[in-house]
Amino acid sequence: MKFRSPLKNARGLGSANEGLSHWWLQRVTAVALIPLCLWFVYSVLGFLGAPHAVVVSWFGSPLNSSLMLLFVLVSLYHGQTGVQVVIEDYIHTKVLNIGLLLLVKGFSALLAVVAVVSVLKMAIEG
Amino acid sequence: MSNINSDRPLSPHLQVYSWQLTMILSIIHRGSGIFLMMGTPVLVWWLYQIQAGAGSYQQAEEYLLHPLGRLLLLGWTFSIFYHLCNGIRHLFWDIGKGYEISTLYRSGAVVVVVSSLLTLATWLRAYGLI
Ligand code: HEM
Repeated sequence: MKFRSPLKNARGLGSANEGLSHWWLQRVTAVALIPLCLWFVYSVLGFLGAPHAVVVSWFGSPLNSSLMLLFVLVSLYHGQTGVQVVIEDYIHTKVLNIGLLLLVKGFSALLAVVAVVSVLKMAIEG
Repeated sequence: MSNINSDRPLSPHLQVYSWQLTMILSIIHRGSGIFLMMGTPVLVWWLYQIQAGAGSYQQAEEYLLHPLGRLLLLGWTFSIFYHLCNGIRHLFWDIGKGYEISTLYRSGAVVVVVSSLLTLATWLRAYGLI
């Protein structure tokens, strides 16, 4: 059975005018996070209690720093799309809804930038 | 967003349901996702502290190894494994599989057991016990 009008199909948009992209990106990031999360836990276990120099040199490997950044950035992206769904489910006051969304997205962007700069610094210097 | 205040029908009130395993698992999925998101500032702070130098790294270690820090880390370990396992369950639903009632309960039990075991194994490893 088809629930979508021919026009909606033609344009590829859903009722929120952004089509499937939000839902789809949430799933794509979820799939990417399966190996990334496992890698992250495994890696952190590897240098628990290690001296500073060892940890910094670990980030000096391009593979480690790339995967760490992928993990952080994909987590933030996935988590932020997830929190958006939660906010839209429970917060029905428009001002509060938009305010919280901006807060979550803005803060996620800030975290993303700090993570990129911190890890890149070690990747380049270390 | 534009019809946020419209009179669309609401789902029935939660209070009319009796507690079931599947519903508890679903709530924990949402809870663990939000809890993991609350962990991202700590993760980024940790990366920042490592980058900032040996003293800052040492300070971060002290906070994280405080009993309260350990408790949070334990929570994040379980959350990451639970959310990962149950997330895979979600992805199967998204491709239309696993909706039979018996399968729902079985996959739910598998998620609880596997994520608990992974959490236990990680912490035994962290304390050098395995
Ligand atoms: C192992 C990797 C992961 C997988 C397979 C995964 C999978 C999923 C899936 C399928 C959903 C949608 C659930 C639904 O339709 O209600 C979801 C929601 C969510 N995820 Fe993840 N996720 C993973 C890691 C993470 C991480 C690392 C975070 C946080 C930084 C996170 C935060 C969230 C949040 C906040 C939600 C929204 C919860 C909700 O709507 O009830 N996830 N995840």
